[in-house]
Amino acid sequence: MEFGPYLIIALFEGALTSAVIALTAVGLSVVFGLMRVVNVAHGEFFMLGAVFTWFISWNLGLNPAAGFIVSLLLVPIAVGSLATLADRIILKKLNYDPERTIVATIGLLYLIQQSTLMTYGPDARPVEPPFNHRISLPWVEMGETGFQIYWPWGFGITTYKLAVIFAAIVLLWILLRLLTRTKFGLLIRATQQDREMALAFGIPVSRIYAIVFGIGGGLAALGAILIVPIRQAHYLMGGEPLLLSFIVVIVGGLGSIPGTIFAAILIGMSDGLISVFFSPTLAKIVATLLVVFVLIFRPNGLFGKNQQ
Amino acid sequence: MKTTTLIKPGVSRRSALKAVGALGGTAIAASALPTWYLQAQSSEPIKIGFQVHRTGIGAAYGRWYERTSIAAVEKINSEGGIMGRPVDLVAEDDGTDPKRGAEVVEKLTVQHGCDVVFGTLFSHVVIGSSPRAGELKVPYFVVSEGHHVASGILNRYTLQPCITDVKSQVEAMAPFVSANLGKKVTMIYPDFAFGHDHRDYFSAAMEKNGGQILEKIAIPPTETSFSKYFPKIPRDTEVLYHVMVGPAVLTFVKELGEFFGGRGPTLFGFIDSLEAVDMTSPGLEFLDGSYFWEGMPRYSQGDVLPFDQAYRESVGCDANGASLTDSRDVSTYAHMFGCWETLFLLREAMSMADYTSDQASRVRLIETVESMSDIPASIEHPQGLKIFNGKTHQVFGKQYITKVEDGRLNLAHATSIQDTFYPDEVDYTEQSF
Repeated sequence: MEFGPYLIIALFEGALTSAVIALTAVGLSVVFGLMRVVNVAHGEFFMLGAVFTWFISWNLGLNPAAGFIVSLLLVPIAVGSLATLADRIILKKLNYDPERTIVATIGLLYLIQQSTLMTYGPDARPVEPPFNHRISLPWVEMGETGFQIYWPWGFGITTYKLAVIFAAIVLLWILLRLLTRTKFGLLIRATQQDREMALAFGIPVSRIYAIVFGIGGGLAALGAILIVPIRQAHYLMGGEPLLLSFIVVIVGGLGSIPGTIFAAILIGMSDGLISVFFSPTLAKIVATLLVVFVLIFRPNGLFGKNQQ
Repeated sequence: MKTTTLIKPGVSRRSALKAVGALGGTAIAASALPTWYLQAQSSEPIKIGFQVHRTGIGAAYGRWYERTSIAAVEKINSEGGIMGRPVDLVAEDDGTDPKRGAEVVEKLTVQHGCDVVFGTLFSHVVIGSSPRAGELKVPYFVVSEGHHVASGILNRYTLQPCITDVKSQVEAMAPFVSANLGKKVTMIYPDFAFGHDHRDYFSAAMEKNGGQILEKIAIPPTETSFSKYFPKIPRDTEVLYHVMVGPAVLTFVKELGEFFGGRGPTLFGFIDSLEAVDMTSPGLEFLDGSYFWEGMPRYSQGDVLPFDQAYRESVGCDANGASLTDSRDVSTYAHMFGCWETLFLLREAMSMADYTSDQASRVRLIETVESMSDIPASIEHPQGLKIFNGKTHQVFGKQYITKVEDGRLNLAHATSIQDTFYPDEVDYTEQSF
């Protein structure tokens, strides 16, 4: 295939990857920014989002669109509540000690993953998208006999994938508004800047922590709800988003939301372009190398502030 | 500093000799035991270790391999077991992981005391486990399709007597593809041993039949999104040959459909790309008119396979190859017959070898299987007549090509056994036990 259509497919696939990573990684980033907790179980919240979505679509017998809307409303709350519960009964008890919370969230990862395996089973299960139309784009190029139209050869995108990209943008915008324009966002930012001072001003820091950990889990679940009609729900699916989220959060700067979004676009787009033009394995290698270079030359990430 | 001896030498040479003497005496006494006791000994169950992919990328296969094996063992036991001894199926999950596979072979053999180990599907697990089976000197009957058995890289203890290997499958497919579908082929396959067998042997067979492989696209079996691989398919491709495994096969086929919109090259796939997937899943409509290889047709084909109906009922499948209790639970019909057939072959071979669970009879069992040749179609071998090659430890049999018509796979072509033959690459019978 020639360069033009190649490039458009690469950009489109890259945008889809970026959108989902951004949503998932922002959850990880918010949690780290506020609580200094590296949540290794973040990918499992993603997986739970997908599994719950499958559960709703399978058991309620609604049509795909209605099932999808029910999932969008219920699943982030369900996963968020689980995350909040994990904060209350695990992280709070460890006093948010950075080292011990890493070990605790590794334990949580296996707990969630194996419970899913024991109940939901080892199979990949599909969820029907609420709508899905293929848009086949023609491609015109100069041939030996003047302009030739290539249609329909392998140059298609689907409306659902476009909708995922759009939905991710809207959700991220809402999150940024929440953090920068509401009183709740103010409380979060105040707690992040100085926990002791926030306590002194009567901010319920402990409750804020619980809610933010819940939001982090809910965002991972949202990413999964959007992606599960394209991929499938599987008990091991949390691994890849976890790895990509860590890459994105480290490159963008731990705790910086604009940095995370920027890095998600950078990593997602380079993944799309390198995958299509070279190989998907090379794309993973490049992303990992990027992390190495960022850690060497800008240890706080591209958007990170110097921390003492 | 005071030292304490933790282990005191409590056994003198004299007491040791006495103990050995006593043991010898017991052995002599045992040989004089009444025959009813020996009879009771040989009524012990025959333990068949089942290395099953319950979790990991092979889980869908594992579920149905297990159901099929349980059904076969129930039938064997209801018919009096093997030489009057009941059969005990001891299943262990290997997580579709080669490292755990070797551990499972060891656990089944050493801890559970299994007579044989059987049932492994994924080629990388077989390749990882077979050396351990050889070291433990336990017969290892695989149901794997990979060419690794007949290629000679494994050992005398590993046999594949009831499912054909990729090399013979693709050599029988190439003439059909070349004559009916097109000459210019692009291949998509999973990037591990099984996929490499497809890559190497299909491309060679295609070139022998006047075809040409334009591009070979390898995809890691754990991949979850596929669209980014498809632009590599050259525009002048006439036939797209696809074989994929793993939990994301449905995504793979759906994205293939989205990419071409049903108007791309002719599709020829190995059913592996759609095993355990409902053909009527939304997004698969574009497959209509495309062709699939099947080891055994998933959809009932009338009287083409005379023993199919009875076998189908025994393993709990309906005419569409789905579970009788849940029509959404689609089986791995094209592969799982291998488990059923292997267990019945074991029954026959153990009876012929007068199997008694000691090491000498394990060797006799392997030699007996090696001496087998024709395996006629029967309820024990519902997939059809097979010919076993004792030298390469590999069986040969008919292959089926089905065409998707109205969401159903209908038989389009059945090869002969002769189409699947290739020259021997190894003679395992020359290896010592």
